[in-house]
Amino acid sequence: MNGTFWLPMLVLGSSLLPGLLIFFLAEDRSGIRTLLNLAGAVAKLLAVLWMLWGVYNGVAYEARLPFLPGLDLVLRVGPLSLLFVVLSTGLWLLTTIYAIGYLERSPHRSRFFGFFSLCVTATVGVAMAGNLLTFVLFYELLTLATYPLVVHRGSEAARQAGQVYLAHTLFGGALLLAGTVWLYTLTGTLEFTPRGFVSHLGETHRGSLIAIFALTVVGVGVKAALVPLHSWLPRAMVAPAPVSALLHAVAVVKAGAFGVVRLLYDVFGAEFAASLGVTGPLAVVAGATILYGSLRALYQDDLKRRLAFSTVSQVAYITLGVAIAGPLATIGGLVHLVHQGVMKITLFFCAGNLAETLGIHKVSEMCGVGRRMPWTMAAFTVGAFGMIGLPPVAGFVTKWYLGIGALEAGQDWAVYVLAGSSLLNAAYFLPILHVAWFRPPPPAWPHEHDFGPRETAWALLLPPVVTAILSVAVGLFAAAPFSPLEWATLIAEREFYLP
Amino acid sequence: MIPNLASPGWAVALIFIPLLGAMLAFLLPRIGVTLGLLAAVLTAGSVLPLLPMLAAHGATNIRIGGWGAPLGIELSIDGLTMAMLAMTALVGIAVSAYATCYLRPVPSRPDGQPDLQQRHFWPLWLVLWAALNALFLSSDIFNLYVTLELLGLAAVALTALSGGADALNGAMRYLLVSLLGSLGYLLGVALLYHAYGTLDLGLLALRVGDETVTRAALGAMTAGLLVKTALFPLHFWLPPAHASASAPVSALLSALVVKASFYLLLRLWLTLFGDLDSGLATLLGVLGAIAILWGSIQALRQARLKLLIAYSTVAQIGYLFLAFPLAATGGAVVWGAAVYLVLSHALAKAAMFLTAGSLLRFGAHDRIADLDRVVHRLPITIGAFTLAGVSIMGLPPSGGFIGKWLLLQAAFSQGRWGLALVMLAGGLLAAAYVFKVIGYAFTPAVVPHQAGLVPPTMEWTALALGAGAILLGFAWPLLWPLLEIGMPFGALAPDPGAAVGPWLGGPRILAP
Amino acid sequence: MTPASLYALVGVGLIVLGLYALSVHAHLLRKLLAFNVTGSGVFLVLVGLARRTPAAAADPVPQAMVLTGIVVAVAATALAVVLMLRVQATCGRAALNDDLGTLEPLQPPPTPPAGGPAASAGSAEGAPPALTGTTAHAP
Repeated sequence: MNGTFWLPMLVLGSSLLPGLLIFFLAEDRSGIRTLLNLAGAVAKLLAVLWMLWGVYNGVAYEARLPFLPGLDLVLRVGPLSLLFVVLSTGLWLLTTIYAIGYLERSPHRSRFFGFFSLCVTATVGVAMAGNLLTFVLFYELLTLATYPLVVHRGSEAARQAGQVYLAHTLFGGALLLAGTVWLYTLTGTLEFTPRGFVSHLGETHRGSLIAIFALTVVGVGVKAALVPLHSWLPRAMVAPAPVSALLHAVAVVKAGAFGVVRLLYDVFGAEFAASLGVTGPLAVVAGATILYGSLRALYQDDLKRRLAFSTVSQVAYITLGVAIAGPLATIGGLVHLVHQGVMKITLFFCAGNLAETLGIHKVSEMCGVGRRMPWTMAAFTVGAFGMIGLPPVAGFVTKWYLGIGALEAGQDWAVYVLAGSSLLNAAYFLPILHVAWFRPPPPAWPHEHDFGPRETAWALLLPPVVTAILSVAVGLFAAAPFSPLEWATLIAEREFYLP
Repeated sequence: MIPNLASPGWAVALIFIPLLGAMLAFLLPRIGVTLGLLAAVLTAGSVLPLLPMLAAHGATNIRIGGWGAPLGIELSIDGLTMAMLAMTALVGIAVSAYATCYLRPVPSRPDGQPDLQQRHFWPLWLVLWAALNALFLSSDIFNLYVTLELLGLAAVALTALSGGADALNGAMRYLLVSLLGSLGYLLGVALLYHAYGTLDLGLLALRVGDETVTRAALGAMTAGLLVKTALFPLHFWLPPAHASASAPVSALLSALVVKASFYLLLRLWLTLFGDLDSGLATLLGVLGAIAILWGSIQALRQARLKLLIAYSTVAQIGYLFLAFPLAATGGAVVWGAAVYLVLSHALAKAAMFLTAGSLLRFGAHDRIADLDRVVHRLPITIGAFTLAGVSIMGLPPSGGFIGKWLLLQAAFSQGRWGLALVMLAGGLLAAAYVFKVIGYAFTPAVVPHQAGLVPPTMEWTALALGAGAILLGFAWPLLWPLLEIGMPFGALAPDPGAAVGPWLGGPRILAP
Repeated sequence: MTPASLYALVGVGLIVLGLYALSVHAHLLRKLLAFNVTGSGVFLVLVGLARRTPAAAADPVPQAMVLTGIVVAVAATALAVVLMLRVQATCGRAALNDDLGTLEPLQPPPTPPAGGPAASAGSAEGAPPALTGTTAHAP
């Protein structure tokens, strides 16, 4: 019991405990609630940064708890975990600030922030899980913690969206559980190991292993919104904006995509999975998802729905990258985990600002909004450019690595998918920008709130501006130490080149 | 010498205290509630000293009045018994606390007398508790019959207590079914005694062989106990009875009473009938699988909360019976999983029925679609329901998950894909019916209802039970060694040197 | 065939007869009688099997068990008769309601007009609605 044990526990506990405390706070104790939220978020960030330094210097963080006969609950922090932990922790801090501003006057904040904290707890749990059992545990916890956020508004539409969300995610969870148990009965272990722990089963259990791969990948693919399991995501847009940001950029879809990475690299191993012949179909599904999501996004007038289909498409980049399974494509996929996160959260923050400040929910209502809310729309523009893949925003780095990775692996078709998707991205984002910046504003906004001299509340404005700056920074300084790209390279090296 | 605190006399106290409390509460109705509560606390407290005794000495047989088997009646206690006693005590104390609020007459009667329900609840419930403890402790098959009958009669009377037409109807049907089940069991007792000349379980285990009469006894006893455990298709009596009783009673019936007959069946199976290759295990497994699907689908179709919860019990009982075919090769761990499901279902289902009671008190109805934003107004109650629901669905981390994982593991490693599929489907169906309730708790009803007052005790006891079901999910490493005391499930390791504890040379025998 | 096994066989016959009657008769009193017949059958089996070999003396233990069983059966019958009378008083007939699982709603859905809130407030005050059934019958 020392630092290597307690640091991962601290990362979990720094949102779990405040979350549980917040549940029992009276509704009007907003001071204490904000303090708990922010203190938890900052403590988590500090602990994560400490671990980042430690892992960089080769420290192995591990916490173990006996759980089942022969199986422990394991939290282990390696480079891959950290990539996701840093992302979710950093963005959680910003999302918390944003949510405090967004929900300023709305009821039931104690419940909201309680589940909000549980949600992040589950996400870092997913990230730090050291074996598949622990992964499953936090993965299901994430489903449960996000449900009350999705139905938070309590309308009939919210309830139905919640049912759809659960029907998808719990079904996925059941498949994942089935695959996990089956795998355990074959291997007798579930510990994540670089390059997998099943390759020794080789030919004798080939059929079973393919079935297990299918079960588990579909299980995590539901949350990663792979077509045709994506339909919960656009429907979940009834939730408040910070929840959408959380679902899309930080927690749920990312947990799914991260699950795909874990399965491919630490359970099956990229090479062995390729020899089973399962990576090809997965890459094709991811490619189809990319194109399908972009196509559907074209036809959405509702801004959040357009962003939602954009997420469907963008998250599949991660799956595509790891499924192509070459070193460079892997780097592209992994780094997109972070890049998509900061870019998409910017877009959702901005969409939330438009809705909260001016009552704008549709693209067609956005005429001239750039003049009324220049900072917000500037941040939105940066995010949109990133999604299209314009340098120097982060999205460009991703597409570059994915493209040359696909060529390197001889999967030329993926390049066409990327190019087509970029065109489609431009086709659904550029009209928004045109409308916002170059059309004259209407005489009155649909539902305007007065925030005094500023364009909106500072808590709403700060987070998107910060994430927009981050989106540019991770693109510009991609070669700097500790950049997401460097980190992804480190992980890919471990998977492909180290003995 | 054994220190007094660890005396096996506590086992006798477990039967004696609630019986005495029942009599006093009946004779002195003015202070009946106080007496009942006191007896409940003392009974639950008496379980505690047994734990160190068991840990120190292993399985123990206690000779009442110094008379041993075959003539005397022995009580015996091992890990399985201990778990059941502890489960009863936990649920019992929570339900007792809840009942003081739930059954309080509002407004109170002018003559200061508690109302009829309150007045009769305590004696009956304490008799029920005594019967449960006696059943878990007995190792004499005829004595078990007596406890089984006592249990059934007390349970029926409690069901009828709420007095409505539904409750009376449900109770009447329950009584007939329960009596019939007991007769089946008694017939088995007669056959076993005729064949082997003893009623003591331990002695029977030594003498019993694969003969026609044993099989006949197995059939009669299993059939009788299945009726009482409400395994599909013999479950028909359960939903009306459990749904129409008042909430604390429903909690007791679903959490404890059904488990008692399951425990008895399990005990008989483990000590007497386990080695008979009768195909019955497969049959039980198939019926269990159908029960899971049928019960869950019925639960999903219900418009009323208490009926939903009752059908959920039918489904969850099905899981317990999956252990029978799986244990043949899966061994002790599979039985452990079944017992784990018994424990977690007891906590979770009691929590659910208690929350249903709170919701009834709040809205004066239990129509699911009209729950009318209760999540804002009774957040603790809905929280309790959710925690319990998580365990019922078998999502991690919860007691239900542990049990389900171990059963799934056994099913997969034995290649029983059908059972695995049923378990997974049952989990999804359970999620569907649990979240049906939770979803409607968020939305407003067409007609907003006048809210009744729900005392905090009612909310918090349910939450405590629900939280208990979740915490069970982390307790396997602690509970499994306890369950294994006395090896109720048979030896784990073939190597005797590896697993020998101080209790393995046969149970220690004590007179209180 | 020894007298003992004759007793046992008659016992089995009684059990079958009782079970048959239990399933075909709707009236609760008949069901109750059928249960008692079945019970007597089981007791007869117990006593009949007490003499394990024709030569040996009868074992007293089964007889003690039967005595206990009779006591239990009397108690159970008493409870059943009371319940039956209550069922008849409440439902108007001494038979089980056959539509299983479709219990009537505890209360009719409240109606929005003026009387609604007051009425539901009143019942929310009282303990669970099942109680209202009893109070309605109280004089």
